[in-house]
Amino acid sequence: MSTATAPRQSAQAPVDNPLTAGQLPSWVTIAVGVAALAVSALVFTLLDTGGIALIVVGAVVLFLVVMHIISLAVEGSRRAVDRLAKHVVVTMFLLALLPLISVTWTALSHGINRLDPEFFTYSMRNVVGAGGGAAHAVWGTLIITGIATLISVPIGLLTAVYLAEYGRGALARSITFFVDVMTGIPSIVAGLFAYALFTLVFGPGTINGIAGAVALSVLMIPVVVRSTEELLRIVPNELREASYALGVPKWKTIMRIVIPTAVSGIVAGVILALARIMGETAPLMIAAGFTQSMNTNPFSGQMMTLPVFVFDSYARPGIPREPFWDRAWTGSLTLILIVMLLNLAGRFIAKRFAPKTGRK
Amino acid sequence: MSKRIEAKNLDIYYGKFKAVEDVSMVIEPRAVTAFIGPSGCGKSTFLRSLNRMHEVINGAYVEGELLLDGHDLYGPGVDPVNVRRQIGMVFQRPNPFPTMSIKENVLAGLRLNNKRMPGREQDEVCEKALRGANLWEEVKNRLDLPGSGLSGGQQQRLCIARAIAMAPDVLLMDEPCSALDPISTLAIEDLIQELKANYTIVIVTHNMQQAARVSDSTAFFNIAGTGAPGKLIEMGPTEQIFSTPEKQETENYITGRFG
Ligand SMILES: Nc1ncnc2c1ncn2[C@@H]1O[C@H](COP(=O)(O)OP(=O)(O)O)[C@@H](O)[C@H]1O
Ligand SMILES: [Mg+2]
Repeated sequence: MSTATAPRQSAQAPVDNPLTAGQLPSWVTIAVGVAALAVSALVFTLLDTGGIALIVVGAVVLFLVVMHIISLAVEGSRRAVDRLAKHVVVTMFLLALLPLISVTWTALSHGINRLDPEFFTYSMRNVVGAGGGAAHAVWGTLIITGIATLISVPIGLLTAVYLAEYGRGALARSITFFVDVMTGIPSIVAGLFAYALFTLVFGPGTINGIAGAVALSVLMIPVVVRSTEELLRIVPNELREASYALGVPKWKTIMRIVIPTAVSGIVAGVILALARIMGETAPLMIAAGFTQSMNTNPFSGQMMTLPVFVFDSYARPGIPREPFWDRAWTGSLTLILIVMLLNLAGRFIAKRFAPKTGRK
Repeated sequence: MSKRIEAKNLDIYYGKFKAVEDVSMVIEPRAVTAFIGPSGCGKSTFLRSLNRMHEVINGAYVEGELLLDGHDLYGPGVDPVNVRRQIGMVFQRPNPFPTMSIKENVLAGLRLNNKRMPGREQDEVCEKALRGANLWEEVKNRLDLPGSGLSGGQQQRLCIARAIAMAPDVLLMDEPCSALDPISTLAIEDLIQELKANYTIVIVTHNMQQAARVSDSTAFFNIAGTGAPGKLIEMGPTEQIFSTPEKQETENYITGRFG
């Protein structure tokens, strides 16, 4: 009768709780997984059509089906479907991860052989067999992509500012259209464009670092424009109005309020674009050329870059081939490492400048 | 410091759409003027035309005459940026700059307008504005922390501090309490009472008790129907508007009867 005893009674009889439902303990998932793997391995080995890929696929399918049936029996259809969806999502995630891990592993295992100081301090000048390095290509890549960034970021940023803050009407629409078209330009066409441009302006056969950088800019600008424009558009209009209401002119509002608010995303976008162009090979072969020696002057002479170095070492090895192929792998690994470092730097910068960290 | 605003036959447009028609009124200095009226009747639109924020919207323009102590704000050659430096504004939703600290937010108007001042003076301006906005005691120990870390009511007072740091002549507030809790609302209403000693204050509010509490004179806007422009129905001392309005329309609105 007293209300104080009521909760105790229900606590003593938890079996009667109408809210309970059948539940699978978590070890069942693991057990079914192991069992599926074992059965699949056994079946395919007996059929003598083994192969790890087949076994894994069989195990996954088996696991999904068996888990679904068990769950259906114990937990009911709603939770069974929920479980199935979760398992499919996880499977897809692992599937997507596979190539990434595979690429990283392959590049690492092959490239580690020549990941030595010599690789980063020597060029290929006068090297016929083993030894030598890709210092010239590393420097070439850094210089050319650096210049490409210096060209692309101001142009891309200002174009994006125009589109997001000023642009309307026919001009803005046509710029948007051309930026979209530029996004789809095959990279080799960008290389040919830069080559043709430099031939036209500086005479035939002008192949140098700047030409390569221009070719890469053609590829980088639309990416920077697109990502920056999107980010500027999501800066709340209230902030612009707050700034105008303080009597701040429009250009200053853009420079000091809008861009800083979006800067972490903008930097991330630029880094992504940079990572993307860093691996471009075709346009650089045409516009920046090829050399075995160190050339740090982008204004004169052909310049080696890492992707071209990798391609050349792989496609036109000397005799014996192994040192060339080793260098190709290490070149690839270096490229991956540079891109990774760039991403880390981007994250750091993004964190550093992200809003809500009001600084002096 | 405090200035008088006079509107003469103001028509306000969004492109082809006429949002407000033929408004004439006088807004007295050192007083609080409240705008009331149903949603969509053009209160915000009219308020934003007072400091030329209206034209920030694409295709929006104003016809008529608007005088600030006799000078036409829409006269030829008038720079809207100069107008906005003298007529500050506080918005419905608190909007501190997310990249800036509390102190930087307060000084944003001055810094972005290239006012160079020594550090000591900056500190003084900052403290004065924050005291003016009744926020100093709450934030004095964390001036360098982000402004977006404050509560909604504090953020709104920060926005008021940011506006009064510019030492404007007029302060416009568009439903400054509608996103706030009752305690913060009370804090801001008290603040408005203090600020009116030095500023011309115009406040839009949905809340008629608030209009009755804080304002000296009240303007009632109404709209004939969707698509029709909003009009000023009647304006007068707050007491009179709330006790013996001249127009039936005003009385209906105030007593909660519509149509
Ligand atoms: N940016 C805009 N573009 C076009 N029409 C607008 C815009 N802002 C407001 N309006 C219109 O102007 C009229 C008045 O709106 P507003 O001034 O916001 O009303 P209130 O503040 O009194 O609720 C409404 O019909 C509204 O739809
Ligand atoms: Mg409004």
